[in-house]
Amino acid sequence: MELLDLTALQLGEAIRRGETTIPAATQAALDRVAAENPQNNAYITVLGQQAMERAERLQAALTPDSPPLYGVPMGLKDNLCTRDIPTTCASKILGGFTPPYSATAAERLEEAGAVLLGKLNMDEFAMGSTSETSCFGPVKNPRDLERVPGGSSGGAAAAVAAGMGWYALGSDTGGSIRQPASYCGVTGMKPTYGAVSRYGLIAYASSLDQIGPLARDARDCAAILDQIAGADRHDATSVAGPYGNVLASLDGDLRGVRVGLPQECFGQGLDEAVERAVRAFAKALEARGATVEEFSLPIMDYAVPTYYILACAEASSNLARFDGVKYGWRAEGYEDLTDLYNKTRTQGFGWEAKRRILLGTFVLSSGYFDAYYKKALQVKAVIAAAYRAAFERFDLLLTPVAPTAAPRLGESLSDPLKMYLSDIYTVPVNLAGLPGVSVPCGADEAGLPIGAQLIGPAMGDAMVLKAADAYQREVRA
Amino acid sequence: MKITEELVDYISILSRLKLEPEERAAMAGELEKIVSYMDTLAQVDTQGVEPMSHVLSAVNVTRPDTVEPSFDREALLRGAPARDSETFLVPKAVE
Repeated sequence: MELLDLTALQLGEAIRRGETTIPAATQAALDRVAAENPQNNAYITVLGQQAMERAERLQAALTPDSPPLYGVPMGLKDNLCTRDIPTTCASKILGGFTPPYSATAAERLEEAGAVLLGKLNMDEFAMGSTSETSCFGPVKNPRDLERVPGGSSGGAAAAVAAGMGWYALGSDTGGSIRQPASYCGVTGMKPTYGAVSRYGLIAYASSLDQIGPLARDARDCAAILDQIAGADRHDATSVAGPYGNVLASLDGDLRGVRVGLPQECFGQGLDEAVERAVRAFAKALEARGATVEEFSLPIMDYAVPTYYILACAEASSNLARFDGVKYGWRAEGYEDLTDLYNKTRTQGFGWEAKRRILLGTFVLSSGYFDAYYKKALQVKAVIAAAYRAAFERFDLLLTPVAPTAAPRLGESLSDPLKMYLSDIYTVPVNLAGLPGVSVPCGADEAGLPIGAQLIGPAMGDAMVLKAADAYQREVRA
Repeated sequence: MKITEELVDYISILSRLKLEPEERAAMAGELEKIVSYMDTLAQVDTQGVEPMSHVLSAVNVTRPDTVEPSFDREALLRGAPARDSETFLVPKAVE
């Protein structure tokens, strides 16, 4: 049995049946990390000995009734706080920071028997679409080391794709789980806003941020979501709901499911190979009983500017807390308190973070607030209403995840506006607070993975995973 | 919209960031490109549309009004760059 080829659920089952052990699986993953991390830079922190000790303890407590993901080794994006384990957000300004508490989502996985292998590289403060803005250097795509893995959860996607852990948790503010999942050929899901507690997720744009899984397939994502979803008293925006039964609901049957294809997602700028792959994806859904119909969603064209105004505005406020006083890194040689703030922030933040802080400060500043921030909040309302109307006609929407497969390293940073525009298919989902999943659906001429995105109505998390799973059953059959 | 270096200076002061002169020019150029793209939102008719600050309709989520400790002070202070036994240390801020 090649352990690294199993899904997380298959590994969990093999562990419960005694076909392998938790220490054996952990060692296999750590060996892979030792071999691959120097090339792809997916992990910032690797917990070798700690992970092995945890594996031994879990093995000793294993029972035939242990939960589905018990003993399965995984990684966490490094913007998820982990008690007594450094958490950096891939930024110099959080140097030396060791959180005194763990994110709720991380804690829930720990309770379910997860083995934490380490903390995963990312764009600094989750700001980027390529995982190149990390202060620890860029992550490289394990499918092609000349290419970016996507971002901002690029380390998470690269780790899962390279067998450096069976699954990971990332965060998604404008596509940061779905787009790297697509570039690396893994399944990645952004749950409905509020389905997973954000407590312990270092905030980028709080009204858009959501934690979610990256894994080998939709079934693994469902099992992880079942574990991490739920209201949390530490996050006032977490929503109570009927969680926990997604995995059990995946039956591969899409009869009567109505799928809408927004025409705007299949027009100018879309790579031909991506279009072909996503249209083939639609055919596979039809083969499972779904009906597919094109429709028009013109407001989508305004999602990117709306997103960058709102995300930067919230970021400028959220990142004000990094001041060299309460945690993390402090610059040397300051003259007074203001100088301490200035020097710490100027030397501690990278260029992309600075640009977004400045943009956010601009759109919130007196004289520009109404024209940019308030206007964006109004357009957001129009976008959310358009999606609500679409879901009166359809159960799911199908789009590409990104206009192209993974670009080459360095290509995107030179033109930030171009990089922002590549988020066109993913950002509306965050603005409307909806669940979305990125499903691998083939490759382009260069052999680079392509992803299809399924979007559901709010709290339709089970439906998007059901359709993703049905597709994966169809192509395996 | 034109983003001048003076405007970059102003928002830098508000953001507690200091850019070098050549960085300031580069930032002004990048911001202008992005802000000009954001200006396309003016094309959307939002007459009478209520700004949507949050997708959730929940308001005033509160916990029961009972006194409980929030967090262990020592654990929180441990992460500070400069501290004493009970507080964060900063340069003198009030003369």
